[in-house]
Amino acid sequence: MKRWLSIVLLTLGLATVAHAAIDTYQFKSESERLRFRELTQELRCPKCQNQDIADSNAPIAADLRREIFRMLGEGKDNQQIIDFMVDRYGEFVRYKPALTSRTALLWFGPGGLLLAGFVVIGVIVRRRRRQPVQQFDDLSDTERQRLKRLLSPIPLDKDHP
Amino acid sequence: MKRWLLLVPLAMFLLVAVFLYRGLYLDPSALPSAMIDKPFPAFSLPAVKDGKPMTRNDLVGKPALVNVWGTWCVSCREEHPVLTRLAQQGVLIYGINYKDDNAAAIKWLADFHDPYQLNVSDAQGTLGLNLGVYGAPETFLIDAKGVIRYKHVGVIDDAVWRQELAGRYQALVDEAQP
Repeated sequence: MKRWLSIVLLTLGLATVAHAAIDTYQFKSESERLRFRELTQELRCPKCQNQDIADSNAPIAADLRREIFRMLGEGKDNQQIIDFMVDRYGEFVRYKPALTSRTALLWFGPGGLLLAGFVVIGVIVRRRRRQPVQQFDDLSDTERQRLKRLLSPIPLDKDHP
Repeated sequence: MKRWLLLVPLAMFLLVAVFLYRGLYLDPSALPSAMIDKPFPAFSLPAVKDGKPMTRNDLVGKPALVNVWGTWCVSCREEHPVLTRLAQQGVLIYGINYKDDNAAAIKWLADFHDPYQLNVSDAQGTLGLNLGVYGAPETFLIDAKGVIRYKHVGVIDDAVWRQELAGRYQALVDEAQP
């Protein structure tokens, strides 16, 4: 019990660390607040490259958060806001890159590889099933007789030369 | 089983190895600018020195370097002498004083040297945002029509000028004079 309690407390401690950047914004509605959160987590900070702008304390991330808040207030939809960022900072800022010919490999590569793996396994399994054990096929008649002789139990009679 | 199939894993490994090897020498902090070949964004901001209102039209007309700087930016101090020397050689340089205190900017320009033909005060960082600036110093190369043709992120030193910017600037100057 005590151990569980400490685990829960420690986990709660982590939760506050995960959202380090705190601004005070007054949202008009709960849905706007959720959209703000969604957008700031989907956009990447250009300066501190492996953080989203929700999480980053870099000045540029704060500017971008302010800008997103402003655009939400103007009633822009998510796509417009993302386009605004991409126009200025490039595809780089999106954690979910748009599906284009350049990013197709990124989107479908892993799935494609997994599929290819299944196909290879399937082919191997089928081939094994189709060819039952054919051990003697490539032996000639004399070889086969010799093999039989070799495999036959050694006669136990003592007077064998 | 066909023999050549055995080579498939090796081929895949080599392919991945080539990509990873290339990745070793890429600079992950270098971002391709989304602004290349786009017109310099419109703005309406005061000048640093006298607060006179300025717009995009003040910067357009000749090929120029547009240098985003701030007094809070340590590496801007480092590139300042290089810019000064370039200005003395006749390179046209405009400044954007990015998210800075105007009085500090004026003092900086008086204390050191002012290599900028014009200096825009972008205290709120709005022009910087429209330019896709994510940290000073950044330098844009614009052509005579005001289209952004190149962007350098980071300090301009002699090597950067020689290798990256001088040729491109000269090409724009040549382009502007038929």
